[in-house]
Amino acid sequence: MLSPALRRTGLLAPTVITLFVFMVLPMGLMAWMSLLEPDTYGGVKWGHYSLESYTQFLYERDLDDQLVLNTDYIGIFVRSFLLAGGATIATLLIGFPTALYIALKDEKARNRWILLISIPFWTNLLVRTFAWMLLLRNGGLAEQFLSAVGLTHEQLNLLYTPTAVAIGLVYSFLPFMILPIYTSLEKMDWKLVEAAFDLGANRWMAFRRVILPLAMPGIVAGCMLVLIPALGSYFIPELLGGGKSLMIGNLIQNQFGGARNWPFGAALSFALLAMVMLAMMAYNLRFKRAPGAGK
Amino acid sequence: MISQSNRLWRFKGVGPTAWFALVYLYLPILILIVLSFNANKVATIWSGFSLDWYARVWDNPNILRAAKNSFIVATGATIVSTTFATMAALAMSAGKFRGQSFVNAMLGLPLLAPEIVTAVATLLFFLAIGLELGMLSVLVAHTVFCIPFAYMPIRARLEGMDPRYKEAAADLYATPWITFWRITFPLLMPGIVSGAMLAFIISLDDFVITFFVAGAGATTLPVYIFGMIRMGITPEVNAISAMMLLVSIAFVLLSWLVGKARQ
Repeated sequence: MLSPALRRTGLLAPTVITLFVFMVLPMGLMAWMSLLEPDTYGGVKWGHYSLESYTQFLYERDLDDQLVLNTDYIGIFVRSFLLAGGATIATLLIGFPTALYIALKDEKARNRWILLISIPFWTNLLVRTFAWMLLLRNGGLAEQFLSAVGLTHEQLNLLYTPTAVAIGLVYSFLPFMILPIYTSLEKMDWKLVEAAFDLGANRWMAFRRVILPLAMPGIVAGCMLVLIPALGSYFIPELLGGGKSLMIGNLIQNQFGGARNWPFGAALSFALLAMVMLAMMAYNLRFKRAPGAGK
Repeated sequence: MISQSNRLWRFKGVGPTAWFALVYLYLPILILIVLSFNANKVATIWSGFSLDWYARVWDNPNILRAAKNSFIVATGATIVSTTFATMAALAMSAGKFRGQSFVNAMLGLPLLAPEIVTAVATLLFFLAIGLELGMLSVLVAHTVFCIPFAYMPIRARLEGMDPRYKEAAADLYATPWITFWRITFPLLMPGIVSGAMLAFIISLDDFVITFFVAGAGATTLPVYIFGMIRMGITPEVNAISAMMLLVSIAFVLLSWLVGKARQ
């Protein structure tokens, strides 16, 4: 008979080896490649190290080989953060009341609502983003609707704007906000709210002093689940934003398609990964280790 | 429990927001499905019912090939990832050991890293080791990100399992091997099935990672659809998109009904 330790090693080996070889090693390789010099037609010059990829983020070389400040990339990062952050706030503003509404229903209705909220999660996001193109484009359904109702007959020019990207981001990640908040509200002891009412609290006070603090873990988890994928989203800005609303994801893809600068692409990806990891570490420190939070 | 009649429990604006969220989530899906039956050549102007575009999709060999690729990759990735995930879940739930949190962190990495970062890293790695981009590279990449999705429901099922069944089997002189196949495995089956379904859907829907690591010969359905959208919005894209949505929705409803019947 195998010893327990040996059996455990055997059972874990396929998963651990697969994840290590095809996930951890590639991430390491990516970090290393970001320190290499780019080759002219894509690829890298092995053994030629440089910090060019990281300086390229802030500066570009002019004709005399002088470094000149270039704010294009910073602009794209700022836009990504504004759009992803804005989408997070908007999903929270829609998602929290929705989760609260569902949590206050009886069990049967709750299950039905949760099924309805999670179905979109299971359907292809690319295809659903495409559906927004049908709605938002010139002569599309949003315009047809507004002119049929008689509100406006002008062209809206909605598609290929940051607004369209924002609509798409909020749409895609809304279930990711509703579901964790609902989970924390559902687990909540509603007697505490009752107690607050008994002690003379009005709805607003009960909400602010009891419900909101107890729902905090769900709110924070939801925000992370929206912010992280929104920051790295690629095809939503590509399809809805056109060329004018690039986000980090598009910039990265461009280094492997048109621009052919692999080290710069690797550096951008690594920077994005580092930001996500920092956010996760902050989250773990604040919400997983805090005394009394580990329930 | 909450008394529905108590006026204190009614928060203002909560209901309308929830209904707004529901409409917001379903409007694009409904519109896409309706427009896929549109007779008009212009994708967004309705002029009558027609199944033409579905016939076109059916006659397009490129779409069929992409669908076949998607299916092959999803099936392969599901089988491998679910097997690996089941083994890992059994080991992880068998007791505490050194390095457990390291394994946990590795299992979380594919979920945590933004898809575009995983895509770039995987592409660079395949190019560095000289693996040709094609069905194999796509299959490997999909297996990696499917493992954590398959793992979660299996692990959850193991957590909720009553240890007394195993103890009873051991009391009755069953060997660990027999205990596993006669007790643990059948009890674990619902978890394995949901894990496999999750992996299958996640693989079928993946676009970003596939887009990076698929060579010319391994175009999957989402990658093909993306190419079609870039070329222009046509009713044919509506039809193939609607088909994908309907298949996923049917899949989820089916699993929901199966889950309900079991209770």
